[in-house]
Amino acid sequence: MRQWLDSDLAYSFRTRPTAILSVIILLVLTIGAVFAPLLAPHNPMDSASLSLMDSFKPPLGWPDSEWTNPLGTDNQGRDVLSAIMYGMRISLLVGVCAVVFAVAVGITVGLIAGYAGGVVDALLMRLADIQLTFPAILTALLIDGIISSALPASMREPLQIYIIVVAIGISLWPGFARTVRGSTLVERNKDYVMAARVIGVPSSRIMLSHVLPNVIGPALVVGTLGLGLAILAEATLSFLGVGLPPTQPSLGTLIRFGNDFLFSGQWWVTVFPGLTLVLLVLAINLLGDWLRDALNPRLR
Amino acid sequence: MGDTMTSPALLDVAGITQRFDVSKPWLQRLIAGDPIRVLRAIDDVSFSIAPGTTLSLVGESGCGKSTMARLAVGLYTPSEGSIRFAGQDLSAARAQPALRRRMNMIFQDPYASLNPRWLVTDIVAEPIRQFRLAQGKAAIRARVGALLTQVGLTAADGDKYPHEFSGGQRQRISIARALASEPDFLVCDEPTSALDVSVQAQILNLMKDLQRRLGLTYLFISHNLAVVRHMSDRLGVMYLGRIVELGAAETILRTPRHPYTRLLLDAIPDLDHIGRARTPVGGEVPSPIAPPPGCSFHPRCPLANDRCRQEKPRYTVVDGVQIACHAVEEGR
Repeated sequence: MRQWLDSDLAYSFRTRPTAILSVIILLVLTIGAVFAPLLAPHNPMDSASLSLMDSFKPPLGWPDSEWTNPLGTDNQGRDVLSAIMYGMRISLLVGVCAVVFAVAVGITVGLIAGYAGGVVDALLMRLADIQLTFPAILTALLIDGIISSALPASMREPLQIYIIVVAIGISLWPGFARTVRGSTLVERNKDYVMAARVIGVPSSRIMLSHVLPNVIGPALVVGTLGLGLAILAEATLSFLGVGLPPTQPSLGTLIRFGNDFLFSGQWWVTVFPGLTLVLLVLAINLLGDWLRDALNPRLR
Repeated sequence: MGDTMTSPALLDVAGITQRFDVSKPWLQRLIAGDPIRVLRAIDDVSFSIAPGTTLSLVGESGCGKSTMARLAVGLYTPSEGSIRFAGQDLSAARAQPALRRRMNMIFQDPYASLNPRWLVTDIVAEPIRQFRLAQGKAAIRARVGALLTQVGLTAADGDKYPHEFSGGQRQRISIARALASEPDFLVCDEPTSALDVSVQAQILNLMKDLQRRLGLTYLFISHNLAVVRHMSDRLGVMYLGRIVELGAAETILRTPRHPYTRLLLDAIPDLDHIGRARTPVGGEVPSPIAPPPGCSFHPRCPLANDRCRQEKPRYTVVDGVQIACHAVEEGR
């Protein structure tokens, strides 16, 4: 711990206000999301507690607002703040799982392509190139479409979250694979790899114990930036109505529902989930940018 | 062509050639209509090393020295010819851990040859773990401590990371790792060329000392004739993938016969002959992708004639030294 506090990374963090601010925002949002059942003023999933009498309450500061619904309520009297906290849980869960999936696939493919070289490298990288020609949304729509037509609706609903995770993960892996392959190409020709090869250490162990620790840094930076992308992709899919089922409303779903009331004056139902999404992705990207600069020796 | 020796050789290299395909990727080549380009890094090289001795290979950058080093430990498989280690074919020898253990390598760049994420203990212990030369954490630690002490570091240095050491100290760690597999044959690829002159001498003396105590056999690669003079029993001068002069180091350095060796030795500054007019080696090393016909040294050779431009020279033996030169053969 002491060693970490003295490191260059910690110094760069302490002297960069944007980094500190983005970590604070992320912490607040993440704690709010993870502990939503304990912290949220209402349970938006519990339809028994909803009352149409409470519908379309404006946020605090507007006439008829109530302090129990600080960000107002929607058409069914659901508390917007609580819905956002529960929705963020799902957005973060899908985003993190999709990035973990993409990082796992990307690191594996990138390591093998970079270390093996030759035909294996060419094949895997052309596969990545093909993947990159499809926009992430298109890939996700395609996978969603195939699985929807293959499975009956009753089986689809509980599986939907996994489908979305895999769909977004697949659209993101080429970025990680390319980053890791590039660093692997540099590392595999270094003499410490030669030293291991001379004594006959098997390739799989060289990749895992020698190369991987030296290429994982850049992959984590791309991973942080990818988290923002994944959350946005999930929100876009949910906004289009092909994402998660309405029983698991994410930020994107909330924005879509609220969108219907935007022009009838109940702007808060869609604006607050939207602002939360912007804040979340902005904080993640600012943190990723800082991490990229802090780990780049040429920018020190 | 194999040179004569009294004791059986530990490493015997016979007529090896190493070609590399340096063409662009297949699709690019197809579109641009380029032919396949082959680089001939090593061209028909033979030598052998007796146990407990040092053979040095010298030459300019790009002459194939480092390729030869990697061939000698089996990192590359030669395109033609054979390499035998302890009487067995090298690839067969490397398939047996008991024989593979007996060869190891020391690298040029002390900054790239140690994994920056590993503790020094783990770096030095890697060959011990690979060949199961010690069992259990305590035994491995003790062995690593002994190895570090042997190369002039302390056992406590094992708990540090490579970046906490200077270039010379890192090279000592590299030597400790090479010794960890208890080898008798070490390939040293320019082990001192990245170091300060004052540190070079320490590392060279350490290596000579270890050779005397452990009976090591070295294949020593260098571009520095002063270093080679200090280290070698036998010497091979390489030019564009070929050995142009091979024999006892003392003989070659005292009376160099090949024009290239003479030019190399001439280029060394000498305190006894200050102000002496030196003949610089003119021109550049030609590309090994398109080597000149005949003797590959003829474009830079002051003695070249028509025969040199057409016919590859064979070895002439003078004073126990093999020389590949028409001029020497004809007594020009």
